[in-house]
Amino acid sequence: MSARDEILTRVRAALADVTGVPAPPIAPRRSGVDDVVALFAERVADYRAVVLRTAPDGLSAALGKVLPEGASVVVPPGLESSLGLRGREVVVDDGELTAAQLDQIDVVVTGSAVGIAETGTIVLDHGPDQGRRAITLVPDTHVCIVRAEHVVLDVPDAIAVLRPAVLDGRPLTWISGPSATSDIELSRVEGVHGPRNLVVLIVGDTEG
Amino acid sequence: MSGTFVGMPTFPVAAREALEDTQLRHNLAHATSTIRAKRARLVDEVNDVSDWEALRLAGAGVKEAALLDLEHQLVRLEETLTANGAVVHWARDAEEACRIVATVAKSHHVDEVVKVKSMVTQEIGLNEALAAEGIAAWETDLAELIVQLGDDLPSHILVPAIHRNRSEVREIFLRAMKTVGRPAPSDLTDEPAVLAAAAREHLREKFLRARVGVSGANFAVAETGTLVVVESEGNGRMCLTLPEVLVSVVGIEKVVSSWDELDPLLRLLPRSSTGERMNPYTSTWSGVTPGDGPQEVHVVLLDNGRTRALADQVGRQALRCIRCSACLNVCPVYERTGGHAYGSVYPGPIGAILNPLLKGVGHDEQVDSLPYASSLCGACFEVCPVRIDIPSVLVDQRVKVVDAHRGGMPKAEALAFKGAAVALSDGRRLGLGERFTKAGLGIAKRFGAAKWTAARDLPPAPAESFRAWWKRTDGGRNERGRNTGKGGNR
Repeated sequence: MSARDEILTRVRAALADVTGVPAPPIAPRRSGVDDVVALFAERVADYRAVVLRTAPDGLSAALGKVLPEGASVVVPPGLESSLGLRGREVVVDDGELTAAQLDQIDVVVTGSAVGIAETGTIVLDHGPDQGRRAITLVPDTHVCIVRAEHVVLDVPDAIAVLRPAVLDGRPLTWISGPSATSDIELSRVEGVHGPRNLVVLIVGDTEG
Repeated sequence: MSGTFVGMPTFPVAAREALEDTQLRHNLAHATSTIRAKRARLVDEVNDVSDWEALRLAGAGVKEAALLDLEHQLVRLEETLTANGAVVHWARDAEEACRIVATVAKSHHVDEVVKVKSMVTQEIGLNEALAAEGIAAWETDLAELIVQLGDDLPSHILVPAIHRNRSEVREIFLRAMKTVGRPAPSDLTDEPAVLAAAAREHLREKFLRARVGVSGANFAVAETGTLVVVESEGNGRMCLTLPEVLVSVVGIEKVVSSWDELDPLLRLLPRSSTGERMNPYTSTWSGVTPGDGPQEVHVVLLDNGRTRALADQVGRQALRCIRCSACLNVCPVYERTGGHAYGSVYPGPIGAILNPLLKGVGHDEQVDSLPYASSLCGACFEVCPVRIDIPSVLVDQRVKVVDAHRGGMPKAEALAFKGAAVALSDGRRLGLGERFTKAGLGIAKRFGAAKWTAARDLPPAPAESFRAWWKRTDGGRNERGRNTGKGGNR
């Protein structure tokens, strides 16, 4: 018998006593808040990420402010034209950059799919304005643009919004602050293998 | 290479050694109290705006439903993974799983793989199996790296190097990094941030050149053929993204039915595990993504005792475990003995039930000793995010251990209980026995109960038996009644 058939046979035998499968209870939702975007900004900042809010027409200026002088920048192909990154050394990822080449680049600038207020999480679905996974991983600073209208209250809302991308076969990366570890005496240290700096630009009309 | 737990002594023997290590006890007390406080704060935060208990019920329900429907869910998972371009393998046991991973690695002619921290690959001894084939498996999680470089054993599910303090970590890095790659800087201090930076530098070259990555998975979604890895450092993202080939070893109990059902689990796990609202990184992938990440993706679905546990009607709930380790951090036994005493990659309360359930009882003294490694205080059940009733399973496993040892020479304990049964079944016999309580305790202290009293206080025999007191005082109505017993009155 193949391993597959043997394991499935064992599973069937193990569950011979089971007569029905009860449906899981519905998970509770958290109570609403007046300003979801403000909660998101506060919770992202809790992870010691840098958070800035800007109106749509202030995005280029905000980017200019957060990008260090002389820093090399990589962007995904779907982002480049919409941003004022003129006068900078900007590489548009063509999918051919090796990990070693990405390691030589200081900053990656991307969009995002969803922001989760309750947990201060940004989710990338690696659409055209976010690019393939490696570009947001290897450079040491990730500047991530989050549209205020993409911010949802809690995890179940994000799960629902992301469902089509998953059904489409796309990978997701959930990011909550810069990379961190608590492996030495459980004291939290920001910055291990992923980007050590996370800058979140929240773009919306609510605040200048 | 980190060692394995082969030939470990039984829990009481190993625990005694651990208890004598004051450094270990200090490290553990500090670490577990820190994380307990963080978790408690975040659970309170959830209760301010929602209902943690209802969330636990939902999480338990999701896992339970998938387990009770496991055959169907596994077949679905295989279908969707395959449709997404992954190659699905099935492994009956550890040896078969290790062979599959080694075969994939060898087909790409590599002599090294990079690994995401994974309990299941520890369980099957993958690093040792690959080493025997001439393939080095580099652990990339900081704590796993500390354990691997220190030629040590993991002692906690989440923080495998919890038994090491910062100065011990510094010494290990200075001594061992240079033997396997980029040396630690000579001015290395014992600041956690400096130590983490040294690990970053050391592993960077390994990530950038790795061609084969190995992972486990926290969850596998049958509906969409999606695997999920929850992590903190970004080493997981490195291993899942940069290599050309990815092999994920997934226990068959990791499956959940639908994408939406990840919701309660992704809310429960980080709060229970690291005491964070969300862990820094969660990666999900569905087979091969053209132009992004590994273009050859393998998934090994592993049994290795899980179907044995599934057949146990009381114990099967242990397969709901999402490896958060909250039960370790609250356990008064774990806090004092640490993880090594359990002789398994799964220590603490969950290990005390999972090991006998996966391996079966009655053929290994060490495994049989684990259900007794508990005071049955119940704290583990209270914090478990998927409501595994660990105390009830512990008691049930104790019954099974005793049953497995029926026949042959009875143990002293069995004889003692047989004696108790004779005495307690008849009032006159009990009365007779009580007269000899004092003498009996004295004898017990000197002989049979020495093991029992090594870790517990044996109460002194009362001056007078209850029956004698009742007779003397007329059931308490006349406390000053004449003392007819041997011992004096108070």
